[in-house]
Amino acid sequence: MRRKWTKVAVWVACLTPALWLAYGAFTNNLGPNPIEAITRGTGDWTLRFLLTTLAITPARRLLKQPELIRFRRMLGLWAFFYASLHLMTWVWLDKFFDPAEMWADVVKRRFVTAGMAGFLCLLPLAITSTKGWIRRLGKSWQRLHRLSYVAAAAGVVHYWWLVKSDVRLPATYGLILLALLGLRLVKARAAASKSIGIDCRQTADKVR
Amino acid sequence: MLIQRAPEFRWSQISPKEVYVNRRRFFAAATGGLLLSAVDVCAQKLEGVKKGFVTPGEKINPKEDSTTYNNFYEYGTGKGDPVRNAGKLKTRPWTVSVEGLCAKPKKFDIDSLMKVSALEERVYRMRCVEAWSVVVPWIGYSLSELLKAVEPAAKAKYVAFETAYDGTMLRSNQAGIEFPYREGLRMDEAMHPLTLLTFGMYGETLPNQNGAPVRMIIPWKYGFKGIKSIVKIKLVENEPPCTWKVMNGREYGFYSNVNPEVDHPRWSQANERRLGEFFKRKTLMFNGYGDQVASLYAGMDLKKFY
Repeated sequence: MRRKWTKVAVWVACLTPALWLAYGAFTNNLGPNPIEAITRGTGDWTLRFLLTTLAITPARRLLKQPELIRFRRMLGLWAFFYASLHLMTWVWLDKFFDPAEMWADVVKRRFVTAGMAGFLCLLPLAITSTKGWIRRLGKSWQRLHRLSYVAAAAGVVHYWWLVKSDVRLPATYGLILLALLGLRLVKARAAASKSIGIDCRQTADKVR
Repeated sequence: MLIQRAPEFRWSQISPKEVYVNRRRFFAAATGGLLLSAVDVCAQKLEGVKKGFVTPGEKINPKEDSTTYNNFYEYGTGKGDPVRNAGKLKTRPWTVSVEGLCAKPKKFDIDSLMKVSALEERVYRMRCVEAWSVVVPWIGYSLSELLKAVEPAAKAKYVAFETAYDGTMLRSNQAGIEFPYREGLRMDEAMHPLTLLTFGMYGETLPNQNGAPVRMIIPWKYGFKGIKSIVKIKLVENEPPCTWKVMNGREYGFYSNVNPEVDHPRWSQANERRLGEFFKRKTLMFNGYGDQVASLYAGMDLKKFY
């Protein structure tokens, strides 16, 4: 797990869906509506990468694999990469760079509003993902990067509001997200009660 | 002593000539081609079909477009699901009950239903509410021919349709809409000559995913009004419930005429993407059939009656 090649392998694996879509587009294999297939594909992979990134922290603890942290930034950046592709597909292939139409979509259609909000959450996270920014921001880096929870939630809502009637897929993503956030909550609670426990003991010591 | 190295390959590993010469066709048959051949199994050529109305200035889409990319929520909510799953529907024997407010209600066997009037081919645009469109040569006859045959009562103001519903289909809570699928038309819409009771496409009987053995095509309305795999046609007095309207009346109205000026909360209806095209095109009022049908809605506020 510590070896350098594992990082390369994960990197290549993360690129594969994009290559697969590009290959499908060039060989005319994405079905009768390739632009929709690209939009859906990049959107799906954005959500998958967001959830995978959020799974790293609980997985480190539950699987007792703390070194998984090595992959977290990379996975988060891949989520941003797919989100950017998804946004570009919309800007270019759906709206053809027409600012009036894009704006109308953002304000009128709540699923577009949610998607755009999610992307805007990811943007500062991608920018501040470098070592320099981590150092500069210190403690507030971690606070800022909790925006990833909001981004993932916005992504799920975006998908939920997009489907016409069958919510099974967005609901699945939503349940996974709830589980991942729930695990954090449980841990935070446990940590809080532990520290309260310590406080009590200290107070007891003092009284004694 | 036999001194000989084993050959690097066995004869059994050599591909037969017809496979390697036609390698592409072989792969196509082994993968996607299977799907298409499954589609073709049930399709039968329709003979003696007259040429009917052709929408001017349109190029017919390849058959793959309209038979592998469409909606049929009973068989899955993804556009590629119907072609994969609808094969399970048994379309023979098939009975369509024409009933309600009419003098001569009748249960038609599908083969006799096809003979009520002469079949003709009509090339129509089909505009989906999801802002994509396709041009298809349908085969059928005007629904008015069937309705006349059962002699509607004066009280009959609407026509209600119902799709088959059986165990091969999704459950309502999976698809998120109520099954059996129901649709409706006002009597004058149902009697309009463009309104096609449809049995085939591309010279053959309908493939299952497109609503075999009989469906509706109303070219100036959004595609979901074109109910598939019909088992019941009922003449009624009041506006019948329609599946999508029941599910979400704010988004799907009873009329659902193609109208670029009435926006849908999810998709702008001003433009559409024709399958196979890169750029979007402008959506036409009544899907371009205004000359024929606009008079049906004279004096109605189409923003209110969407």
